[in-house]
Amino acid sequence: MKEEIIIAGFGGQGVLSMGKILAYSGIMQNQEVTWMPSYGPEMRGGTANVTVILSDKKISSPILSNFDTAIILNQQSLDKFENQVKPGGLLIYDPNGITRHPVRKDIRICTIEAVDISAELGNSKAYNMVVLGAFLKKKPIVSLENVIKGLKKSIPERHHSLIPMNEKAISVGMEKVKDINTI
Amino acid sequence: MDLKDIIKPENRVYAKTPVLTENVMHYCPGCSHGTVHKIIAEVIEEMGIQEKTIGISPVGCSVFAYNYVDIDWQQAAHGRAPAVATATKRLFPDKYVFTYQGDGDLASIGTAEIMHACNRGENIVVIFINNAIYGMTGGQMAPTTLIGMKTSTSPYGRSEELHGKPLKITELIAQLEGTCYVTRQSVQSAAAARKTKRAIRKAFENSALSKGTSFVEVVSACNSGWKLSPVKANEWMVENMFPQYPLGDIKDR
Amino acid sequence: MAEHILMKGNEAIAISAIRNGCDGYFGYPITPQSEVMETLMEEKPWETTGMVVLQAESETSSINMLYGGASCGKKVMTSSSSPGLSLMCEGLSYLAGAELPCVVVNVVRGGPGLGTIQPGQGDYFQACKGGGHGDYKMVVLAPSSAQEMYDFVDLGFDLSFKYLNPVMILADGVVGQMMEKVELKPMKPRWSDDYIKSTFKWATTGKTPDRKQNVITSLALDAAVHERLNYKLQQKYKQMEQEDVRFETFMCEDAEHVIVAYGCMARICESTVELARKEGIKLGLLRPITLYPFPTAEINRLVPQLKTMMSVELSAGQMVEDVRLAVNGRVPVNFFGRLGGIVPSPEEVFEAFKKEIK
Repeated sequence: MKEEIIIAGFGGQGVLSMGKILAYSGIMQNQEVTWMPSYGPEMRGGTANVTVILSDKKISSPILSNFDTAIILNQQSLDKFENQVKPGGLLIYDPNGITRHPVRKDIRICTIEAVDISAELGNSKAYNMVVLGAFLKKKPIVSLENVIKGLKKSIPERHHSLIPMNEKAISVGMEKVKDINTI
Repeated sequence: MDLKDIIKPENRVYAKTPVLTENVMHYCPGCSHGTVHKIIAEVIEEMGIQEKTIGISPVGCSVFAYNYVDIDWQQAAHGRAPAVATATKRLFPDKYVFTYQGDGDLASIGTAEIMHACNRGENIVVIFINNAIYGMTGGQMAPTTLIGMKTSTSPYGRSEELHGKPLKITELIAQLEGTCYVTRQSVQSAAAARKTKRAIRKAFENSALSKGTSFVEVVSACNSGWKLSPVKANEWMVENMFPQYPLGDIKDR
Repeated sequence: MAEHILMKGNEAIAISAIRNGCDGYFGYPITPQSEVMETLMEEKPWETTGMVVLQAESETSSINMLYGGASCGKKVMTSSSSPGLSLMCEGLSYLAGAELPCVVVNVVRGGPGLGTIQPGQGDYFQACKGGGHGDYKMVVLAPSSAQEMYDFVDLGFDLSFKYLNPVMILADGVVGQMMEKVELKPMKPRWSDDYIKSTFKWATTGKTPDRKQNVITSLALDAAVHERLNYKLQQKYKQMEQEDVRFETFMCEDAEHVIVAYGCMARICESTVELARKEGIKLGLLRPITLYPFPTAEINRLVPQLKTMMSVELSAGQMVEDVRLAVNGRVPVNFFGRLGGIVPSPEEVFEAFKKEIK
């Protein structure tokens, strides 16, 4: 198994931490992982993206030009990464604020209305966990149990009381993900 | 008392401290370095801290200080002695660590290092030899060179317009919270040397008390650089250097 | 079971320092490696192992703090990025001249000048060919994973004390910023002062009556004495070349073409090799792990079976000169590089490779 993922959106949407939780979940099931962020001025309010790879084998390049999955959280990232999804791959995006929607027919496309859902949950910080849930529904590459273990590892102990909330957000995300294009 | 009696140990009135090596000093006759070296060596002997003292020598005439004071030494890059001493003291907190720096080293190229070491209050001793000139490189202008003073790079005299006024770095150092003892001394006479010795001893004692940085400036003569005889150099120093760099404790807490 | 932690290469450097008996870290903030000191300050090792961590006023000061700490026989290190390393070059030369051990990490960004904070490999010459003044060399280790960032701190200290010479870990922004799984090896305690005193007879531990004073210096005004000192240093560098060349090969057994790449570019080029193999092109990868000493002998061994070699770097072509020296005209040595912080993809490297062998 090898899954190459790009997660892209605005800084502050939890792009990097979602990737980190995913990577930690991979470690919990003894996989090799890499987490490669775009770093620098982009971090400050601009777009942020992170490439996450989970693999049963040693990972060579952490820098990729094509992805099995793109998780897209703003228009700029959609414009940039739609064409970098491998044919047959998966694109998940939050339609909130998107005016130009994806058009490719050779990839699976799903939406997750994570802004609305996290607002309904009463916790906008759970936004990225809703998105993660949507991804895991479509590609169950890590078990929920390992995601929870990964969460415990990647957030400081003083915040562990928030884990049930995150777990809830993941399961709602799994429930509410919608297919837009199937192949 | 005949000669045999006179040289008996119990009849001696003076003996060179064993902390000074037998090496003949390379300093010019009349230079203050030798006196200050001797004072440091005597203080180390009297405090019984030869095994616990580490000196940091600079770039300048006193680069070879290690040839004369018989302790462990580190010879630092130009101006960097306070940084070198910082790590040495922090990694060997029970040692006495001192830097020995000239005015070019401390007050010009090494201003950042001395300011920050003193501001952090490193428990080190700084011996600052201010002779208002670069001795080793052949008498160039230093940051402490007096207005009008002729050097090889200010052949018509230091001009305020061109170079600014002499840097009173010791007064600046005294402003820093990390320093506990800042004093300016000299060694042109036996009386002055005795005062300097008391100051240096106090500085070393402060170091063991973890009170912060102790800073001892010694206004010094460089008769070769100043192109004067040793006696004239001392007279010139008293007349011209002391008004610009007044002696005494600036800070003692 | 060994513990596996997800961490950035920069964090791995910090954690490894604490776990491998480092006595002191002295540094100054600069992107893309600030996590090293941030992690150390967060971990507060002075409360556990007694390690000293100090933010210096400049890189100039940090490298000279290393000079002081190393003079005491202590395990000391710093980290910085390209412009900071330029400031440290004076100190590195002094450390090499005075024969002092220390580990210096350079998480390279694009240059020259302030350049970019994105990854680069343009400091190869500075690291391998001097940088500071005088005929000195350092062992230069080039990690390509977070695990190697962790491992090379310990290896770096071993080599620096073996040779009494600075060791540089030449990383890049990718390896520093990337998170990977890192296996934490067993803790090594810090050396006691007694151990240091009895093992490193040269160290300034305080002059005792049973020995002569120890003086740490790189100064020798007598030309004959200084020449002897220089020959002694050169002898050490020869020994490095004989005993401590490290490299890794990937699919070189039957290779007709070999890419030479280090650090993050070696990871990327490994994928390029996989792409080439899918197309039936016999491409292999040689990854120098020590950039100095350079794996010249391995290149020599490979050349007879090769049609071409190619150096791939995030520079305008620096390591390629060492590849060409080793190949000595026997096969064409091509070059592909990107500058300014752009990191090429495996596909981009493959296209460049194919263009060259046509």
